[in-house]
Amino acid sequence: MSAIETAVAVRAGERSALEVVDAHLELIAQRDPELHAFNLVTAESARAEAAAIDSRVSAGEAVGPLAGVPLAVKDNMCTKGVPTTCSSKILEGWRPPYDATVVTRLREAGAVSVGKTNLDEFAMGSSTEHSAFGPTRNPHDPSKVPGGSSGGSAASVAAGFTPLGIGSDTGGSIRQPAAFCGVVGMKPTYGVVSRYGLIAFASSLDQIGPFAADVADAAALFDVIAGHDPLDSTSIRDFTPTASAMLDEGVDGLRIGVVKELAGGPGGVPGLAADVLARTAEAVEVLATAGALVDEVSVPSSTLGLSAYYLVAPAEASSNLARYDGVRYGLRVDGPTTPEMTTATRTAGFGPEVKRRIMLGTYALSAGYYDAFYGKALKVRTMMLSDFARVYEDFDVLVAPTTPTTAFELGARTQDPLTMYVNDVCTIPSNLTGHPAISVPFGVGDDGMPVGVQVLAPALHDAQTFRVAAVLEAAS
Amino acid sequence: MAERLTRDEVVHVARLARLELAEDEIDRFTQQLGAILEHAADVEALEVTDVEPTSHPLPLSNVMRADVVSESLDRDDVMAQAPVPQDGQFRVPPVLGERP
Amino acid sequence: MSEPAPAATPETPVEPALPEGWELVVGLEVHVELDTATKLFCGCVNRFGSEPNTNVCPTCLGLPGSLPVMNERAVELAMILGRALGCQVNRSVMARKNYFYPDMPKDFQTTQYDQPTNSEGELELADGFVVGVERAHIEEDTGKSVHVGGGGRINEAVYSLVDYNRAGVPLIEIVSKPDIRTIEHARNYVEELRAIVVATGVSDARMEEGSIRVDANVSVRRHGSSELRTRCEIKNINSLRSLGRAIEHEALRQIDLWTTGDGPQQQTRHWDEDAGRTTPGRSKEDADDYRYFQEPDLVPLDPAPATIAAIDEAMPPLPAARRATLRAATGADIDAVRILVERGQDALAIAAVEAGADGAKTVTRLVNDLAVDDWSKVDAESLAALVQMESNGELSASQAKQVLGDLLEQGGDPAAHAATRGFEAMDTTELESLLDQLIDDSPGEWSRYCGGDEGDRKKMQGFFTGRVMKATRGQADGKVVAQLLAKRSSS
Ligand SMILES: [Mg+2]
Ligand SMILES: [Zn+2]
Repeated sequence: MSAIETAVAVRAGERSALEVVDAHLELIAQRDPELHAFNLVTAESARAEAAAIDSRVSAGEAVGPLAGVPLAVKDNMCTKGVPTTCSSKILEGWRPPYDATVVTRLREAGAVSVGKTNLDEFAMGSSTEHSAFGPTRNPHDPSKVPGGSSGGSAASVAAGFTPLGIGSDTGGSIRQPAAFCGVVGMKPTYGVVSRYGLIAFASSLDQIGPFAADVADAAALFDVIAGHDPLDSTSIRDFTPTASAMLDEGVDGLRIGVVKELAGGPGGVPGLAADVLARTAEAVEVLATAGALVDEVSVPSSTLGLSAYYLVAPAEASSNLARYDGVRYGLRVDGPTTPEMTTATRTAGFGPEVKRRIMLGTYALSAGYYDAFYGKALKVRTMMLSDFARVYEDFDVLVAPTTPTTAFELGARTQDPLTMYVNDVCTIPSNLTGHPAISVPFGVGDDGMPVGVQVLAPALHDAQTFRVAAVLEAAS
Repeated sequence: MAERLTRDEVVHVARLARLELAEDEIDRFTQQLGAILEHAADVEALEVTDVEPTSHPLPLSNVMRADVVSESLDRDDVMAQAPVPQDGQFRVPPVLGERP
Repeated sequence: MSEPAPAATPETPVEPALPEGWELVVGLEVHVELDTATKLFCGCVNRFGSEPNTNVCPTCLGLPGSLPVMNERAVELAMILGRALGCQVNRSVMARKNYFYPDMPKDFQTTQYDQPTNSEGELELADGFVVGVERAHIEEDTGKSVHVGGGGRINEAVYSLVDYNRAGVPLIEIVSKPDIRTIEHARNYVEELRAIVVATGVSDARMEEGSIRVDANVSVRRHGSSELRTRCEIKNINSLRSLGRAIEHEALRQIDLWTTGDGPQQQTRHWDEDAGRTTPGRSKEDADDYRYFQEPDLVPLDPAPATIAAIDEAMPPLPAARRATLRAATGADIDAVRILVERGQDALAIAAVEAGADGAKTVTRLVNDLAVDDWSKVDAESLAALVQMESNGELSASQAKQVLGDLLEQGGDPAAHAATRGFEAMDTTELESLLDQLIDDSPGEWSRYCGGDEGDRKKMQGFFTGRVMKATRGQADGKVVAQLLAKRSSS
């Protein structure tokens, strides 16, 4: 039963929200010990919230559009009084005194959070192996990674633990695990969903977005979480989400570009697997058959994305993660002086990938290197924005693979950070430009694992990505 | 491969970031960060003097709030999270030195 | 004379003598807490003196996931001060200044770096000397650490306690150019800046509550040279007196280092008020590398030209202009005028003079007897009436002071207050017969009054006036007594 069907049934009093939640908790109890999608299952509060929805339904009160739908929340979003760890030892045991805006909105919409999902520590990674609490496994093949960093939420939806999941996407952290797990995942336009209460990785890139088993559910979730928030200065004021309303419009007459550099073209990004490229080509065929005007298009700066991203994101992260100093909350490892205490705390509290990125970002910002690295990376963002602006004069949306390959084996890439980073090569451009993009499952690779195809759109045209994804979903 | 960064630079950066690295970690980070910076050589090599930097994908400006008081947190809740609370304050070891 | 002139500066600063051939080069960084209702990036109340850690929220505690939202009043006050200093108001962006310190919740300070709100202004001191203002930028304050043990000294403490009530309070940092050459000008600069800040309503600027704080960048050079040598930044200066002492000590320390070796190291130094010296702020190894970059959680501030024009339009008269106006209206001396302008009583004084009061008397009365926070019940008409009664001899100086006290508390008509208190102008005949009696009782004093030199005459006038005051319990007017004595001696 889809999230939308579940909510309809609960609102009509045909199904009890408590029954729905109990059924999903049961599934989690059975299989999550193997998959480890969740850092924390909040069964008690979930059942209480579900029961409250049921009594409001029987009292004839209005309940929200997602009434009674179980939800998985990535463990880097603040939940009042409920431990929020970012899968890091440095925050173990911390209970935020406030809810993230997204969490509040979802509760008001009637969604029932059943727990906090695993992630790469502080969302830094592409496999959910860099978690202080152990990796999450891919429900389609537990020997494989679910992708990351929102691997827990993607796995939760893929395993049927929850119809809906919430993740955050800084360089592909929603779309890449969605592709690996065979679910829909979408990164909204920067500023469309509030970041208030999302624990920052890279502030100018982070964006919260939906996971769901199908496009319609993802659109419904997007429509609930999108909208202005005065607590986030980068929140867009007059955005009205219309993803659900536009789902059935089809692609007849839509101008669709295939980004050469991200789709195996000469001079493009290397390392794209043949099976992934084949599925992408088939997806383009489907769109052409459905009436879209398809052409190839070049976005030259997209090949610089990976390098620029791995300077900008660590730079912002090095500053965002300075606050974990052992003074106010979370872990403290004692030392004779405050500088020594802070150093001991951070050394013990952060895992190797987080340290690597803090080091990289500190270096990129430090005196003497700013202009060569961070400053240049900001100029790449400008070049990308103008490249995409030019392309969007002729095209409504763009299509590209989501990931270079299907899900890989656990442990296969943890030794060499650079091979792990290459995973994000197709998803990164949308983060640097702030544009929306969706990953929709489209067939399987040679190994039988899911393949995701990405639909990119210009800023604020989030609904277009769902509209095109719906056509691909219907054909796959 | 040419040395992208030196061991000494890694030690200096670790100090700025308040991280302590064991000897083998210094070696590993020198190699790994060097490889990443080598990959970033394409960006480093760009001739882009006439390109303006973009720090932020949105062209927003003047986002402000009215100067109106809202409720603060309860002190007990705040101090309940403190590693070492004392007299409603956060206790830390000697600070050593003026702020810069 | 009924009362002594007010002492405006209790202690006249003595300029230290730098060794022959050396010149002082000083630039000041003044931090002023803005007088807003709330903090810079959150709705917590901006208040001094609350219980520790009670005015805090996720944002000003730097909790994970929290975000800043700019206080529009803080930006407005910053622009007002900028315009008062003749600055350009620019499109500005906030930046992060990264360094670790336990009372700084995010371990970076949100401030302005390469694109400050205000740049390129100047400040004219009371004596006409002009100090360049490089920039006046918006930033957040830090929390407060109390160092426990070791006599409160930072480097000897056993532990520290941190309170974040002040963290995130809006500040404006005014950075002067290194134009200051004397300690007196350094002090005058801070005094004048303080006066401007108060006059524009930007801050109450109470130095004792830390709402105005001064760091001094000090270097020295050979007379006649225009080079800028290595400077040291002196922190922890808590009063104008400390400012002078700290600069003097630091200049002498540096000259000594230049004379005996290669000169000072560039560093932050801490002024130790008790020891009367500066000490190194922290080790040289922690070389400053703040890794500034644009704050991604905030968007640029881009004031419309109309906004700046409206600020100019609404700009109140600034202290220098107000001092000139008050001086012209009353003829009072510069010290008295400065006091009244600082207190904001200049408009009251001018209105009283326009209502017919004597300028000098009005100023004296206000300077001596109106050093209070709230004088809202005293209006210009009643003040003018009071000063006139004093001028006419209807009230003595001490009576006038008491009636002013009544006005301060209750407002109303000074004549009515005088009547209630039973103050009536003494009948001159009554005074004359009292004086005759006193002259008869003290023939020696009287002949010294009549025949002595100027000094004797003055002394004896004091003697007789004192006796009259004693007999009338202060009801008589000293000036009338003097006139009667003079008339007696010449007849
Ligand atoms: Mg500053
Ligand atoms: Zn606050």
